[in-house]
Amino acid sequence: MSGLPAIPSDRPPDRPARMTDDFVPSLILRGEHDLCPGCGEPIAIRSAVEMLDELGLTARSIAVVGIGCYTAFSSTLDVEVLQALHGRAPSLATGVKRARPDTVVVTVQGDGDMVNEGLQEILHAAARSESFTAVLLNNGVFGETGGHMTAATVIGQRTKNTLDGRDPAAHGYPIVVADLLSCLEGATYVARGAVNSAGNVARTRRMLHRALEVQAAGGGFSFVEILTMCPTGWFVDTTEAPDYLGDTLATTYRIGVLKDTAAGHG
Amino acid sequence: MTRRLMEGSEAIARAMVAAGCRFFAGYPMTPFTEVLEHMARLMPEVGGTCMNAESELEAIGMVWGAAATGTRAATGSVGQGLSLMQESLAELSHARLPVVVLNMARGQGDYFQATRGGGHGDYRHIVLAPADVTEAVGLAQLAFHLADRWRTPVMFMGDYFLAHVQEAVDPAPVHFGEPAAKDWALDGSSSGSGRAKLVSSISATKVDDPDSVDHGTHLAMIVDHVAAMAAGVEPLVESGFVADAELVVVAYGTAARYVRYAVGRLRDEGYPVGFVRPITLWPFPTGAVAEAGGAAGGVAVFELNNGQMIDDVRLALEGRVPVRPIGGVAFDESGFGISPLLDVGGISGRILEALDAPTRASV
Repeated sequence: MSGLPAIPSDRPPDRPARMTDDFVPSLILRGEHDLCPGCGEPIAIRSAVEMLDELGLTARSIAVVGIGCYTAFSSTLDVEVLQALHGRAPSLATGVKRARPDTVVVTVQGDGDMVNEGLQEILHAAARSESFTAVLLNNGVFGETGGHMTAATVIGQRTKNTLDGRDPAAHGYPIVVADLLSCLEGATYVARGAVNSAGNVARTRRMLHRALEVQAAGGGFSFVEILTMCPTGWFVDTTEAPDYLGDTLATTYRIGVLKDTAAGHG
Repeated sequence: MTRRLMEGSEAIARAMVAAGCRFFAGYPMTPFTEVLEHMARLMPEVGGTCMNAESELEAIGMVWGAAATGTRAATGSVGQGLSLMQESLAELSHARLPVVVLNMARGQGDYFQATRGGGHGDYRHIVLAPADVTEAVGLAQLAFHLADRWRTPVMFMGDYFLAHVQEAVDPAPVHFGEPAAKDWALDGSSSGSGRAKLVSSISATKVDDPDSVDHGTHLAMIVDHVAAMAAGVEPLVESGFVADAELVVVAYGTAARYVRYAVGRLRDEGYPVGFVRPITLWPFPTGAVAEAGGAAGGVAVFELNNGQMIDDVRLALEGRVPVRPIGGVAFDESGFGISPLLDVGGISGRILEALDAPTRASV
């Protein structure tokens, strides 16, 4: 347990929480990002674009990005980006991919974007077996608004509008969207990873690799949920966030491959 | 191709195909449904795609995605469905994406929705309102040309009459000159180049772009673009008998088709009446309305609503001439917005009443 306090919101940090400019990942224009220290989203996004690169798909890749903290990457990815409205990335991706079937299309949405605002979109896209890869960055909270309950907030999780923790009697139960999608005939590949440990990052990268392979082979709808840390929105120390993820989100959202019916699997 | 008798809905669909539309998405609602049916049949024949969207929200989203690849794309609905699409229409305007949106209205209650920019933020889009099927065939194609030329959503306003009236038409391609280059369109090929493209309503530039602009500057550029369209898009208008008219009747769409006929008959009977029919509802043909109305001294507006276009007519005349509403809200039992007011005898009576009303000189 570190002595680091939770991210102070009343003053700038005393010292940089990370080194900047010491490393620039491929397909990202800058080594620094504007998200909070301890955020899991940059790791998840870096993993996704690096898998595009590894598979040699870069020069036909288009990212369709939703609205959340990760939207900051719309202007720093060295991948073509179509900026979507909150909740609407799957329909835009459908239009892109149907109009240009030779492209590789990846959507990026948070849990507020996908599971709250646009649940209908992702369900129908999966049911139609649209040939794009949907990435869900799930931290169980509206991070960008400052820590409010989403449909994916887990039972007991404290947010600014569930101050005593999410209570099923008052707020209902979380929607476990990947499990829902895995029941749909049109979904070919459904997996859930996390970025709270080196092992889980490596596992998540394999999932993204597989999902993109499925798409590139014309295999239909592929889906990778990635559990990401949000110490700011969880009101915990940055150093505690990975364990918090493991103890809370990961017990509701099981890490693993839920479905793989592409050729040679399932 | 030669002329063939066909319903407006089929003519509009064939005109869109002739214009190069290769992506269509929709959710059924009469009288938009009829166009969707034809597009579902026609799109596969030309290698295009027609999507049965799960709602109007996704219909416009799909068209947004297709348009971002440079594909000529269209959707549409009725007023209620278009209400659902307004958030996306605003964003498409801010992202400068060319799409065509059919507004197959039930009556004329959605003039404000169509012409005011029904969504958030500062924007307008071009609105075309044909009065008959022959004109619809031309305007449906012009819509795609203008959308590409100005990188903007363009709305095409029809109604139940336009969808179902049969006319002999030839929906052959109309050439509007060299199509606009779409160097902004996405195909993935710029990914990894260090200059990967961005299509966004927030700002169309990436970090480190030498021409990088922030969100506020981007929105200011949209405002400039709207001003450029207002000044640069040719307002289309049809006028009749205005030279020596003492009363000018302003009407659009199907209502104008009735007014045009009623005014012609009244002229035959010697009454000094004329008409002005805006074809572009935005930009509104302010000059033509001001000129004809100002010369006549009296203006009446026949529209099938509680008074919407009349605001634009009054703005055009800047209070110089009395402007009277002679339309109104009335519906038959069909639910498709068919107004019992669409009656030549009744419209003629309303026009004559307005002609006998006090003029500018006597008020």
